[in-house]
Amino acid sequence: MLPGWVIIVTSFAYLGILFAIAYYGDKRADAGRSIIANPYVYSLSLGVYATAWTFYGSVGRAASNGVGFLPIYLGPTLMIALWWLVMRKIIRISKVNRITSLADFIGSRYGKSALLAGLASVIAVVGIVPYISLQLKAVSTSFTILLQYPQIIMPIKLGAVPVLSDTALYVALLLAAFTILFGTRHLDASERHEGMVAAIAFESLVKLLAFLAVGFFVTFGIYNGFADIFTRAAANPKLQPLLTPLDGVAGSYGSWVWLTILSMFAIMFLPRQFQVSVVENVDENHLNKAIWLFPLYMLAINIFVLPMAFGGLMHFPKGIVDADTFVLTVPMAERQQGLALLVFIGGLSAATGMVIVETIALSTMLCNDLVMPVLLRMKMLRLTERKDLSSLLLGIRRGAIVLVLLLGYGYFRLAGEAYALVSIGLVSFAAVAQFAPVILGGIFWKGGTRMGALAGLSIGFLIWSYTLLLPAFAKSGWLPISFLDQGPFGIALMKPQQLFGLAGLDEITHAMIWSMLCNIGVYVGVSLKSRPSAIEQAQATLFVDVFKQTGESGGSRFWRGTASVPELHALLGRFLGRERADEAFASYARQRRLGSINEIKADAALVNFAETLLAGAIGAASARVMVASVVEEEPLGIDEVMNILDETSQVIAYSHKLEQKSQELEIATAELRAANERLKELDKLKDDFVSTVSHELRTPLTSIRALSEILHGHPQLDISERSKYLNIIVKESERLTRLINDVLDLSKIESGSVEWNITEVDLKGVIEDAVSATSQLFKENNARLELKLSENVPVICADRDRLMQVVINMLSNAVKFCDRKAGLVSIRLRQIAQLLRVDVHDNGPGISPGDQHIVFEKFRQAGDTLTEKPQGTGLGLTISRHIIEHFNGKLWVESEIGKGATFSFSLPLKTGSYSPIPGHELNLET
Amino acid sequence: MKKRPLQTITKKVLIADDEPNIVISLKFLMEHCGYTVRVARNGEEALQQTEIFKPDLILLDVMLPLRNGFDVCRKIRENAALQATKIIMLTAKGHEAEIAKGYALGADVYVTKPFGTKELLEQVKRLLSESA
Repeated sequence: MLPGWVIIVTSFAYLGILFAIAYYGDKRADAGRSIIANPYVYSLSLGVYATAWTFYGSVGRAASNGVGFLPIYLGPTLMIALWWLVMRKIIRISKVNRITSLADFIGSRYGKSALLAGLASVIAVVGIVPYISLQLKAVSTSFTILLQYPQIIMPIKLGAVPVLSDTALYVALLLAAFTILFGTRHLDASERHEGMVAAIAFESLVKLLAFLAVGFFVTFGIYNGFADIFTRAAANPKLQPLLTPLDGVAGSYGSWVWLTILSMFAIMFLPRQFQVSVVENVDENHLNKAIWLFPLYMLAINIFVLPMAFGGLMHFPKGIVDADTFVLTVPMAERQQGLALLVFIGGLSAATGMVIVETIALSTMLCNDLVMPVLLRMKMLRLTERKDLSSLLLGIRRGAIVLVLLLGYGYFRLAGEAYALVSIGLVSFAAVAQFAPVILGGIFWKGGTRMGALAGLSIGFLIWSYTLLLPAFAKSGWLPISFLDQGPFGIALMKPQQLFGLAGLDEITHAMIWSMLCNIGVYVGVSLKSRPSAIEQAQATLFVDVFKQTGESGGSRFWRGTASVPELHALLGRFLGRERADEAFASYARQRRLGSINEIKADAALVNFAETLLAGAIGAASARVMVASVVEEEPLGIDEVMNILDETSQVIAYSHKLEQKSQELEIATAELRAANERLKELDKLKDDFVSTVSHELRTPLTSIRALSEILHGHPQLDISERSKYLNIIVKESERLTRLINDVLDLSKIESGSVEWNITEVDLKGVIEDAVSATSQLFKENNARLELKLSENVPVICADRDRLMQVVINMLSNAVKFCDRKAGLVSIRLRQIAQLLRVDVHDNGPGISPGDQHIVFEKFRQAGDTLTEKPQGTGLGLTISRHIIEHFNGKLWVESEIGKGATFSFSLPLKTGSYSPIPGHELNLET
Repeated sequence: MKKRPLQTITKKVLIADDEPNIVISLKFLMEHCGYTVRVARNGEEALQQTEIFKPDLILLDVMLPLRNGFDVCRKIRENAALQATKIIMLTAKGHEAEIAKGYALGADVYVTKPFGTKELLEQVKRLLSESA
């Protein structure tokens, strides 16, 4: 036996722990050391998404639909990936404008419209009430079942119990009291509820733990793991269809998609989700972690759903036990008293978390966006003249909390039996989905207007009521059932679940298609047709361009008028309390570096500051009304707003241009730097060249000077020695001259200032002339020269003297390096295809492959430097290569050590664009 | 010019240069002053000759093949047995950075080509009298 008092005491003990956490959280917040200012608490608080519906209902849905329960959790996982784009913007907007609720957000966006905010509040309350009733149903059902332990008896039809002995009523009242304690304990109504968020995060842990515990018990305690359960289920013909997703079960592809979309919207626009993810958000960077932590939480809480569904279906005879209660009844049937109690606490946790946050969010809406605007407008109440309104605010909120919970209980009595747990939740999801177009449109599209939003929301809500809410009443017997079967007044086209003949869909898909189609269509259509007012334009810009604005100047740009500081101060004092108003003004003065409150000027910035602060307490629309009552505002015309906006966009354009210019400047600087580096490099090359040339010039000069001084200082030297030294002086002078000529020649060629004397050149003739010019050199060195010249090679266009210079250079190099005793040089001319090629071979020591590229460098000479320096300037090959390359030819060397060297060049028959100078042309026809 | 017979008091000079005509002039100048002269045509040879010949003074060209003059100078200064050897560096590169480098490596005098014979002889005599 599990006595009722054990369950009740345990429940109260649990709620006591929650309250202690909340109390501690509030204390810490007051001390300025927040316990919720970390991304893990934030992510856990998002877990308020998982309600009793998740806790009990997922298994129920899985038992009838297989994997059909998944879209509800897939949607949020998909959506949260977009949060950095969407939710960060919503959070930023809400922080800047001190948004207190979803309805406030919508109203504020569309010109601080009280009407729109009120409509949104009504939709939220009506839409969410079934969802709250669902939690009541879950708690009271699980309580009633657990009371029967160890017997498993399904509770009798819930609506049949007299109201006063109905557990659900007491659950509702208890939760109302608890929510009042949690959410409206503060006199200061505008602050966040830090303690509540801490408690919610704790609850998320508890329900996850409870669910994992029972899942683990079923999967590994009763059965032998996942594989065992799935194998047995597959063997069971009744369960087998549940294993094939989207096939033959109620969840068709269409409804799968719609459920996913629905839950994508739900994770953002359910009032409780908006409350924890936006209003209670401490730092928008917490989104970074939540983006992966929250999906992880979703995965963890879903991992045992299918095993438990199958376990339950195999455990109980068909139809005896409601699948929605498997989570509780399976451990009960196994006589696991403690586990069953833990499950009950988990379910209670899920339900209370949802109810607390949801009712706080709804009561804020009801108070700020519905009741206060109406009360403030009623002149006879003289509310605007009352000294302190903060207690009135709290009173209204507390009343709203009780009202919402009683409404939830009422729906539970009226229609609670019409649907299974999951379906009731979906009805609520479909209601909040109606907010999606006006909110998403509102933050990304400046064109959305108040009229468009009003029309879109209204039509969406109407269709939702007609296709989902009324049928629920009809099924519960509160409307004639013929309303469903034949349509109202027998009009078949108006059948709520087959509107305009759209049949063959499940009710959620059907309702979503019609409501979304009309909602979006009307919102966009009316927005495009209607002319927005000045304030609508201003708010649209503030919302859509929220990331482009800085500081508090955002709102004040659009305000002009006269105000008085004491009146604004008094106004704030009435709603926030005098103390808070003093504090706020003092911090405002500090921010502006003013000495005291008395120095504050009553300008647009102050009015905006007061209005935003007030909005945090009573919502944007009411705040506007209140501020307007104490300041004289000059209405801004639409043209003026447009002007302000134009100025802003001009400033943005200028700064964009500036950015572009500075980027161009950076690029130019980089280019200049590179050019400078290149110049420095060239400069260094030039320095090296000059230094090398000076070295080369100083060397012969040294011999000349030293020997001249010797001759001069030693007149007694004998004649042979004298003539030897004089001979050296002459040779070194010649070397100096050659060097100077070559350096000048090279610098002319490299700078491109050589005048090329282009004529038709017979290369064979050139070679023969070069051979006779170097014949003396060959004689001196006792070297032989072999000629292998093809007859009839074609003429080419080139500079004859320059080609001669090349051939002489090659021949004299060959003589210098050929064998000392039996020197042999051969020169060869031949035509290869379209090229003329000249090879000069010597039988010298050869050039090692490593040195072959060196010989073409300036002042570098290969050779046997151990013994004697080769004669020459070291510029000949460099100059020759320049000449040959000028005529599009190539000059290269091939050699092997010990086998001599072959220097070759080739020239194309057509040497490029160098045509003979007119007048020098030969008559080729003769 | 014929080499004079070796005498214990005769100072020994090593000429390390790869330009044959410069060697001719230096050799004439040194022999005319009565020094015993040997010639090295590259850096390696210069080091070998320094160890074998143990000259009192080296006329060391910087741009020597195989091992440049700076390198030769450093090697000599690293050898404790050769500390007394005077070194005159000769170079056709007149950069101040080069001169500083020569002194840093332990050269006694740095002479830029083309040199005046009188000035060079004066430096040689001065250094050799120091070492006496």
